Amino acid sequence: MDFGAINPVILVASLMVAAVPIMLAAIGELVVEKAGVLNLGVEGMMIMGAICGFIVAVKSGSPLAGFLGGAAGGAALSAVFALLTQFLLANQVATGLALTLFGLGLSSLMGQGYNGIKPPLTGAVPFGPLADLPVLGPIVFGHDWMVYASVLIVAAVWWVLGRTRTGLIIRAVGESHDAAHALGYKVNRIRLGCILFGGAMAGLGGAYISLVRVPQWVDGITAGAGWIALAIVVFASWKPWRVLIGAYLFGGITVLQLNLQAAGSRIPVEYLSMSPYLVTILVLVIMSSGRGRAGLNAPAALGQNFHAAR
Amino acid sequence: MLRLEKRPDPSRFWLYATPVVAVLMTMAAGGIMFAILGKNPFEVVRTIFWDPLFGEFAWYLRGQLLVKAGPLILIAVGLSLGFRAGIWNIGAEGQYIMGAILGAAVGLAVFPTENRLIFPVMIAAGLFGGWLWAMIPAILKTRFNTNEILVSLMLVYVAQTVLAMASTGFLRNPEGAGFPGSRSFSSYPAAANPELIAGTGVHWGVVSAILVVIAAHVLLQRHLLGFQIRLAGQAPRAARFHGVSPNRLVVLCMGISGALAGVAGLFEVTGPAGQISIDFNTGYGFTAIIVAFLGRLNPIGILLAGLLMALTYIGGEMAATNLGLPSAAIQAFQGMLLFFLLAVDVMTNYRLRLSPLGAR
Repeated sequence: MDFGAINPVILVASLMVAAVPIMLAAIGELVVEKAGVLNLGVEGMMIMGAICGFIVAVKSGSPLAGFLGGAAGGAALSAVFALLTQFLLANQVATGLALTLFGLGLSSLMGQGYNGIKPPLTGAVPFGPLADLPVLGPIVFGHDWMVYASVLIVAAVWWVLGRTRTGLIIRAVGESHDAAHALGYKVNRIRLGCILFGGAMAGLGGAYISLVRVPQWVDGITAGAGWIALAIVVFASWKPWRVLIGAYLFGGITVLQLNLQAAGSRIPVEYLSMSPYLVTILVLVIMSSGRGRAGLNAPAALGQNFHAAR
Repeated sequence: MLRLEKRPDPSRFWLYATPVVAVLMTMAAGGIMFAILGKNPFEVVRTIFWDPLFGEFAWYLRGQLLVKAGPLILIAVGLSLGFRAGIWNIGAEGQYIMGAILGAAVGLAVFPTENRLIFPVMIAAGLFGGWLWAMIPAILKTRFNTNEILVSLMLVYVAQTVLAMASTGFLRNPEGAGFPGSRSFSSYPAAANPELIAGTGVHWGVVSAILVVIAAHVLLQRHLLGFQIRLAGQAPRAARFHGVSPNRLVVLCMGISGALAGVAGLFEVTGPAGQISIDFNTGYGFTAIIVAFLGRLNPIGILLAGLLMALTYIGGEMAATNLGLPSAAIQAFQGMLLFFLLAVDVMTNYRLRLSPLGAR
């Protein structure tokens, strides 16, 4: 096998692209979980975003409209989750699973007739001569605008959650909904807002898969990315910056195993393609045991429904 | 203003009415979806829910009903035990695949020996394969407190790659001219799971499903373990004072659900599916989650829910061939059913009250 065939600069540049969908979905889910809601439907919202974004982009010819459509599709499905869990007080785990099952079915229904079509190209940001720099050029200045947008979104979430009053209210709702309610905050409405944000982010990530990463429509295109995003939130122990690290780590593993497959590694293809899932399990084990203690940082009211008795 | 008021006790009426109301609401919403797809909604709903039972080909389709319901019920009964105790095994699909692979491997290893003991040993291997795959999240949960939802789900993707390896590699039919897929079990009587009574669709998997429903009913109603499972779900603190070990429950519930999913896979691969192939799994492990909830996590309820869900599969196939309904529509329809079920479920524990505006 030929390691020389793998160019480290291109590897880093492509892992940044591979990380975008899971980073967006994970940062959205992080906000949702910070507000005390466990939405396991990330996979379903991502694939809805993927198909909605794809359809809008193909029909309008504009990638920007596609991404907005993807965000809208993800948010629309998350609205169903919000209705069920926040106003009809349904079990969050079961509703999240329903979201994924329904999303997978509906997306493949909507995607009929879209197989084999190329979406409009999402172009690279024109940095001019900067993009021609050696090493730095492809890694820092050679991407489409969504790569930069995803990092900015992580920064914005970090700033809002940690530095603003809005963030404080969101965290209060997630740590103790009773206390937040007693202070006069509308717990369910705040959670509704967070759930919609999480859905939009998952949809955006899904749209990135179908518009840039693959780029075409295939049934079940997300292939577990939503579940990996959920795992990254645990890996990040609910800290926004660590979502960035986690997403790049997983993006790196995905890209590396694809590169190894292409380079004709002696490791059988099957072992390589199961590696992202095995690494996810390994990371979850490390984070939840011993010194990692991710559990200590989980929002206290995570997964509990709130019903104001009065 | 409409608002919800908690009932002092869960409503018995709504406990039983919820699934019925949810099914009716799904039919209505599904009808709208079918109409958007340009089909006559009444015709589609009749094709799905009426024709397989009383239509022209009912004599054949009724048997298919049991073929589809068998694995769904087997898996869902196992899952429901864990769901009751708050243990979320959602990787039944992976356990189903691993049970099928291990069981089939045992049978194929001794091909073409004919012996009465081969099939029972394969069943044991199927149980063991599913159990083993479920033990991974269970032990990680008990030892390291790792989230069992994510681990069991990740293992589905791993199991799918193992399945691809099995059908193109270590279990491939040596006389299959290099095509993926194992030997066919229908030509290997000692390891086959044939139809027991011609025309009914009953195979050993269906028989086991009925036995498992009875066993689970007895377990939950008459056995201490069943009481502990129910207690752990409803009042975890009380369960601890009662001396219920949470870790023991995790291992037991995950183990039972894994073993049942595994054996469901074995019955499927040796019977209706006929061989190990790359896409032999058809999502029963995920649909069983809907079945478990639709049956209200109650074994008898699951029996009925499994039959209903099997009806949507068969009716969906009929609608696909006769009316050109996309097969994905039926998947969305099943997902919708779970939504409506969870939504209507609020009526069990809460009642709607009309409060005058400004009263709050």
